[in-house]
Amino acid sequence: MKSLTPPLLRCLCLNRSMDFIRPKRMLYFWIDKIRNVLLRLSWHLVHSIINLCYFTTGMVHALESHLISRGLLRKYKSLHISKIRYLAIVIESEDACRTSNVIELLQWLAALGIKHVSLYDNEGLLKKSKDIILEKFDGAVLFQDTHENNVLLDQPRMTLEFVSFYDGKEAVARAANVLLMKYIKSGGIGSNQGEQIFTESQMSEALKTVGSGGPEPDLLLIYGPARCHLGFPAWRMRYTEIQHMGPLTCMTYGSLIKAIYRFTTVRQNYGK
Amino acid sequence: MEFLYKVVRFLIKCMFCVVSVGPIPSHIAFIMDGNRRFAKQRNMKVGAGHEAGYFALMSMLIHCSELGVKYVTAYAFSIDNFKRRTEEVECLVDLMTEKFESWCREDSIVNMFGIRVHFSGNLQLLSEPLRDAAKKLTAATVGNSRVFLTLCVAYTSTNEIVRAVEKSCEEKWAEDQESSVINLSDIEKRMYMVIAPDPDIIIRTSGENRLSNFLLWQSAGSCLVSTSAMWPEISFWHLIWAVLNFQRYQSLLKKKL
Repeated sequence: MKSLTPPLLRCLCLNRSMDFIRPKRMLYFWIDKIRNVLLRLSWHLVHSIINLCYFTTGMVHALESHLISRGLLRKYKSLHISKIRYLAIVIESEDACRTSNVIELLQWLAALGIKHVSLYDNEGLLKKSKDIILEKFDGAVLFQDTHENNVLLDQPRMTLEFVSFYDGKEAVARAANVLLMKYIKSGGIGSNQGEQIFTESQMSEALKTVGSGGPEPDLLLIYGPARCHLGFPAWRMRYTEIQHMGPLTCMTYGSLIKAIYRFTTVRQNYGK
Repeated sequence: MEFLYKVVRFLIKCMFCVVSVGPIPSHIAFIMDGNRRFAKQRNMKVGAGHEAGYFALMSMLIHCSELGVKYVTAYAFSIDNFKRRTEEVECLVDLMTEKFESWCREDSIVNMFGIRVHFSGNLQLLSEPLRDAAKKLTAATVGNSRVFLTLCVAYTSTNEIVRAVEKSCEEKWAEDQESSVINLSDIEKRMYMVIAPDPDIIIRTSGENRLSNFLLWQSAGSCLVSTSAMWPEISFWHLIWAVLNFQRYQSLLKKKL
């Protein structure tokens, strides 16, 4: 019999240990695979339950909205509409081309007595359709930046404002250049001395100068798949109540009434 | 009791494993509202409500860290909060100073969980001891990298925008006075919040549905989640619910694309 030399012995031990390791590795591999499949199934199950919950609450809201529209729910019959001075509507750009829905929404708001409405979509599609909207909805005048905010509320007809990304971050950049000109003219006073150079009022004035100085809405209604304000001008929504209304295609008069009613019951401390 | 605790921890870990199958948000922001109402409901002093709010923040930080959320932002103290009664402001300032100093220790929870702390806000408005404690804490945690915690103190979005415009003007003045133009990118890179990506989720407690001058610039694409629980009552389940809604929204977006 051939004697086992050290290299041969090492090779034999290695083969033996490999025989133990291979099934062990296979076992861990399959345990991991089964674990991942179970986790994926659990994740899909959890999300299916959530979708079912949303579907059920959607049905309940639809019924409630129908009852509100019919005037069958007493608490929604009298709304303190005067609490809403300025209302904003955020619409996802994909739905912004649905001008008939937008006009119907405006007609509801006009019937409720809302005096100023800002219509926002990120890409400015509503702005492009502004002439069509104003032509078909003759209950409104176009907002002019020269209007003082308190004058807006005295107008007999609704004031309609069309807003987009151009009036948000880009407007702040344009306003910054207005302030920069003032800063250069003043000779750079306060530069690098840690002093406050501009105030928030000056920023507001600069925004008005560049044509983006509309009022701060009391209530912002989001018509889209998620509660995201999609870039509504940051300067104008410090204390604005935000409510998510669902997709524009599913809008109802009853849900609008409910959102306004909910707003009228809110009390703000403004940080105090 | 210890066995029950271990069972609960195990269930939480299982839930995290399930939720982690879907996309996890990289940045979650919290508006910590409701400490005073929590204290009032339980006949506690206002200070006790804020102390309870501190423990809720710690709990959320740990859960976010375990879930794999890289950036967490908390609205700790607004510039508008200076309008509150002097005693309450002093109580809050003392609480923050005490906690920031304790976090500087090597064995603090912040260092144990690898949390790097950064402050966003006009810190010049703060008292010197609080400002020093904040600077010391920022320096003490600079080596941590598991979670980036941004505490918004003496912060409002409108103040952040004005300060960013100011800094842009100062730098343009220093560069070239004649042909200076400020671009959007000039303003964005001078925001306090430039150190973190835009938040994926903003959670506000106590049932309110407004941002109260918080991250207005950064929240264009953020899912806004409102829960009726007061801030000290916020739990792991509220966080999970917010993340699951975020995942649902992501899958709706994917279907549209």
